[in-house]
Amino acid sequence: MSTSSATSLVQLSHVTKSFEDGRDVVTDINIDIAQGSFVSLVGPSGCGKSTLLRMLAGLLQPTKGDILWLGSDHARPADLGFVFQDATLLPWASVSENVYLPLKLKEITREAAEPDIDAALERVGLGDAAAKLPHELSGGMAMRVSIARALVTEPPVLLMDEPFAALDELSREKLDDDLLTLWRELGWTVIFVTHSVYESVYLSERILVMGTDGDAAGKPGRIVADLPIDAPYPRGLAFRQCQSYFGHCRTVSSALRGETS
Amino acid sequence: MTSGRIKRIALPHLVGLAFFLIWEVAVQFYEVPQFLLPAPSRILEALADNFASLMSALWVTLRITVLAFALAVVGGVALAVVFSQSRTVETALFPFAVILQVTPVVAIAPLVLIWVGFDNVNLALLILAWIVAFFPILSNTTLGLRSVDHHLMELFTLYGASRWQRLWSLQLPASLPHILGGMKISGGLALIGAVVAEFVAGSGSGTGLAWRIIEAGNRLQVPTMFAALLLLSALGIAIFFSLSVLEHIVLSRWHESAIDREK
Ligand SMILES: Nc1ncnc2c1ncn2[C@@H]1O[C@H](COP(=O)(O)OP(=O)(O)O)[C@@H](O)[C@H]1O
Ligand SMILES: [Mg+2]
Repeated sequence: MSTSSATSLVQLSHVTKSFEDGRDVVTDINIDIAQGSFVSLVGPSGCGKSTLLRMLAGLLQPTKGDILWLGSDHARPADLGFVFQDATLLPWASVSENVYLPLKLKEITREAAEPDIDAALERVGLGDAAAKLPHELSGGMAMRVSIARALVTEPPVLLMDEPFAALDELSREKLDDDLLTLWRELGWTVIFVTHSVYESVYLSERILVMGTDGDAAGKPGRIVADLPIDAPYPRGLAFRQCQSYFGHCRTVSSALRGETS
Repeated sequence: MTSGRIKRIALPHLVGLAFFLIWEVAVQFYEVPQFLLPAPSRILEALADNFASLMSALWVTLRITVLAFALAVVGGVALAVVFSQSRTVETALFPFAVILQVTPVVAIAPLVLIWVGFDNVNLALLILAWIVAFFPILSNTTLGLRSVDHHLMELFTLYGASRWQRLWSLQLPASLPHILGGMKISGGLALIGAVVAEFVAGSGSGTGLAWRIIEAGNRLQVPTMFAALLLLSALGIAIFFSLSVLEHIVLSRWHESAIDREK
């Protein structure tokens, strides 16, 4: 990879993961993710996107290869935001209690955490929903709570696993825009898994396309293309409708289909 | 109150009332001897005549039932928590819990009685009722602790939660619906356990309802038998009802089974 290591946040070299049955799920992943960048992982379902993301999060260990984070001990940052496809909220806890959870687990008292909780809810536009329970929320609002929970610890990096895939088109576009705004304000690194080509082009500075060799299921996933999206931010409706946007979408699509561009 | 709700409450009461009416009329009309089937009015009479002794018997049975139930809840949840922390312990011990459960309590009663001593019948009753009540709590809580959403479990791992935090802030609250479901089964079983044990082991320092039934049966005081039976049913209903209310109070804020949704 050509990215200079001075600005890199995490480097994966020859990362391979196989599960108990010995089958490789992802193989020989070599990527270098720059600090502060917005990177999407796109690929067909089952190609190992979640597996890769879970290795980055430290929920899984690579079978082979290394994941080196910036910093002296190369360990995963202690604070790391993770957003799942479903909002994954505690159903018995109010919105603000859910956002408080990461701080509570660090044994920060509720009083001390209060300003951070309020700020996080304010950021995702849920200032007045603090007392609601998850079952009272729409899918989009629940997702916003999940994002507020991920950002309450002010993590340097946010990992998102198909976060808006279950939402309707409109809520999804709204959340995409709000996510971009947050990213630009907070200076995070975002690694965003999606199976939507359009969403990945709209959001990211860089798209990693994953695929398998051939169509046969059970082949290990690997990175088949690494595409920069050089459109300037802020991006909005105008970008969604311009020629270069469609050009990028075509490039990503053909990379997904395994055609060399 | 909605008409549906009135119906739900009124209908079973009406059926019950009709049942007793038919019973009363039929017994009077066919002149059924009261040692075969006493009329409801005669049963109420027997209840009034023996009120003091029946109430003290009810109190004895109630005490053993509630105590056995409480210990079953504490013990069942505690053991399930231990199981959830260690698969090895679970694999080693769970079969014995099952054996305890499948062996009929009637068959163990004489043994337990010998072990605790015949001057300690109350303790024997408590142990026997506990054995019957314990298993549903254990198995339901074990299931609940194991069925926690795995993404939530991963979230706790990501934030470096300790075992204790994970148990207290995630696994136990998530298991509440299972635990309360187990309690509803176990409450009824504790009563059955206490009664069956008293039938087999006899009564301790005070006489329970089961022993009253045997006594009255021996003297062919069938109306008194029915009166004691009536109290036992009432006790069972009261236990089930209290636990349902408890379940509703605890879960109504968040659990699918208890949320009031507008239809
Ligand atoms: N814990 C596991 N044990 C065995 N196989 C797994 C496990 N997790 C995922 N897999 C397999 O790895 C492959 C990739 O899964 P995943 O990373 O979830 O793909 P994606 O997120 O791209 O849809 C799938 O074939 C899946 O069956
Ligand atoms: Mg996935």
